[in-house]
Amino acid sequence: MNKKQKKVLMRIVVSAILVVVLVLLPLEGYVELALFMIPYLIIGYDILKKAVKGIVNRQVFDENFLMAVATVGAIILGDYKEGVAVMLFYQIGELFQSYAVGKSRKNISELMDIRPDYANIENEDGELEQVDPDEVEIGTIIIVKPGEKVPIDGIIVEGNTTLNTSALTGESLPRDAAAGEEIISGCINMTGVIKVRTTKEFGESTVSKILDLVENSSSRKSKSEDFMAKFARYYTPTVCYSALALAVLPPLVRMLFLSLSPEWSDWIMRALTFLVISCPCALVISIPLSFFAGLGGASHEGVLIKGSNYLETLSKTRYVVFDKTGTMTQGVFEVSGVHHHTLDPDQLLEYAALAECYSTHPISRSLQKAYGKSIDKNRVSDVQEISGNGVIAKVDGITVAAGNYKLMNKLGIDYADCHSVGTVVHMALDDQYAGHILISDLLKPNAGEAVRALKKAGVSRTVMLTGDNRNVAEYVASELGIDEVYSELLPADKVSMVEKLIAEKKEKEKLVFVGDGINDAPVLSRADIGIAMGALGSDAAIEAADVVLMDDDPLKIAKAIRISRKCIRIVYENIYFAIGIKVICLILGALGIANMWLAIFADVGVMVIAVLNAIRALYVKNL
Amino acid sequence: MKKTYKIEVDCANCAMKMEEAARKTAGVKDAAVNFMTLKMSVEFEEGASPKEVMPIVLKNCKKVEDDCEIYF
Repeated sequence: MNKKQKKVLMRIVVSAILVVVLVLLPLEGYVELALFMIPYLIIGYDILKKAVKGIVNRQVFDENFLMAVATVGAIILGDYKEGVAVMLFYQIGELFQSYAVGKSRKNISELMDIRPDYANIENEDGELEQVDPDEVEIGTIIIVKPGEKVPIDGIIVEGNTTLNTSALTGESLPRDAAAGEEIISGCINMTGVIKVRTTKEFGESTVSKILDLVENSSSRKSKSEDFMAKFARYYTPTVCYSALALAVLPPLVRMLFLSLSPEWSDWIMRALTFLVISCPCALVISIPLSFFAGLGGASHEGVLIKGSNYLETLSKTRYVVFDKTGTMTQGVFEVSGVHHHTLDPDQLLEYAALAECYSTHPISRSLQKAYGKSIDKNRVSDVQEISGNGVIAKVDGITVAAGNYKLMNKLGIDYADCHSVGTVVHMALDDQYAGHILISDLLKPNAGEAVRALKKAGVSRTVMLTGDNRNVAEYVASELGIDEVYSELLPADKVSMVEKLIAEKKEKEKLVFVGDGINDAPVLSRADIGIAMGALGSDAAIEAADVVLMDDDPLKIAKAIRISRKCIRIVYENIYFAIGIKVICLILGALGIANMWLAIFADVGVMVIAVLNAIRALYVKNL
Repeated sequence: MKKTYKIEVDCANCAMKMEEAARKTAGVKDAAVNFMTLKMSVEFEEGASPKEVMPIVLKNCKKVEDDCEIYF
């Protein structure tokens, strides 16, 4: 609790004790009034002051005004106890609310505690100096010790270490990093001392971008928040005038038309009860809190959502459109099989790797990687690269031809076709066909499960768009259980496909496009929601997308949708619950059934429950 | 030009009122208050100096919510 809250707590305790003592004493008349004024003023002086100032500044209808009128009214009517109690409980509710908000604010800022405070630079004497990361220029060598946050994006120039990226990605497995590799700010260095050459300024580094994004996320208001703002604007004046009418009209009607006694005090009391019930605090506080908690919880899971409006749209997702390479597949080519081989597959791989050892083509590199051992280039001679076909080289005196079917045709060698999907490298040793090696882009391990999870989350249509050839595309789609697939598309075709799909769906169904953000920017911005994944370090993706998945796990798509659903459900629960209870109590109050004590529950009780419910949106780990 | 300031305010509704008051201040193009991070980001009109505009923003905010503070 902060100082302000402690002070309020003291006032609550003191006045509560005073009220209890006063109730027990046999008091009457003006003495009683005078004595009850002591706890009343202790607990309510600031509310009264604010109400007066509000009137002076022409900000009449706020909750301070409501409380001041209700309690002063009750005291004038002689219900001292009720008057003080209303003020007391109102303050307890406010205190609780401010405590809960402060607590969740702290929770969330701890979750997002990735802001580095300093960077270490070696000065001329070889000593480490801590400087403001803002002052570090591009190309400076900074030193990151174990336990410290990496302050600025860069490349490791010296040292090996393990990085904890959980604050950025929600991924708990540490990641190894060695010299020559890129390193992203916001990670925590766990084991070794590393030297990093910065490649960006602090303000352009990943950590700054993410913090900026998270901190500004609630400035994009959702429809429900806009609704609340408008609602509050009309609501308070409306209830104030209704209360006035309730106090004045029925007695007048009784007096003038029914010739009954007006019973002014009874009707005024009903009007005051009505005022206390009507306070809109529960809604006004709990809705922004729910969204903030939802966004905070999501960012802790590595799902950055750029605003509450996107959270709202995301919850209505019915169509999910995927990009293929890098989204559902790893975008890395690997040897996935050796077929029709006439000798040991490992040996065939060795020949292939050696023959291709001078090439830097991704295919050659994947062969070398699959071989796994270091390559002795002395064993290779007479390398002849035939562009678009492959390579012919002498390895250990044997003529090795490695390439596509065109190479085999050229050499007049019979080859076996491959029935699997991917890139095929045919091999011939001394003009004898020796089999082929299949290289393909691997599916992400969670891709299939991700599609199933989406279906389970109520997504009715899944579509994959890719620039890749039809064979590969259809294979991937059927493997993953994706409903539709469109292949051999240019980037512009992807945009028109997404537009066509948007035209086909119903107004209330939303379309999500998921891409790796590399050349998807136009599609990301055209879709109702653009999700960029694996976006760590990619500025373009962070800029273009509405939702950013920090790691490249496709399961997070469904998770993001579930988080948004939970948050929106909580918002609606609070709207229905709070308005429902208030309307019921207002009617009871107007009929004279509800007394001041029920009114206090309808105000403070409902607020406390709504705030507690809103905080639930923060807990999304097990969704 | 856009600048972010730390603020102090007690309730979400008051934050909303501050946002409106700031937005209506001359020299302010747009303003947004984030109640949860307790920050106000103000986009200034071209040529307006934050040093001159911010005291007026604070004054207007104080009018709608007596109990608020902006640190600039």
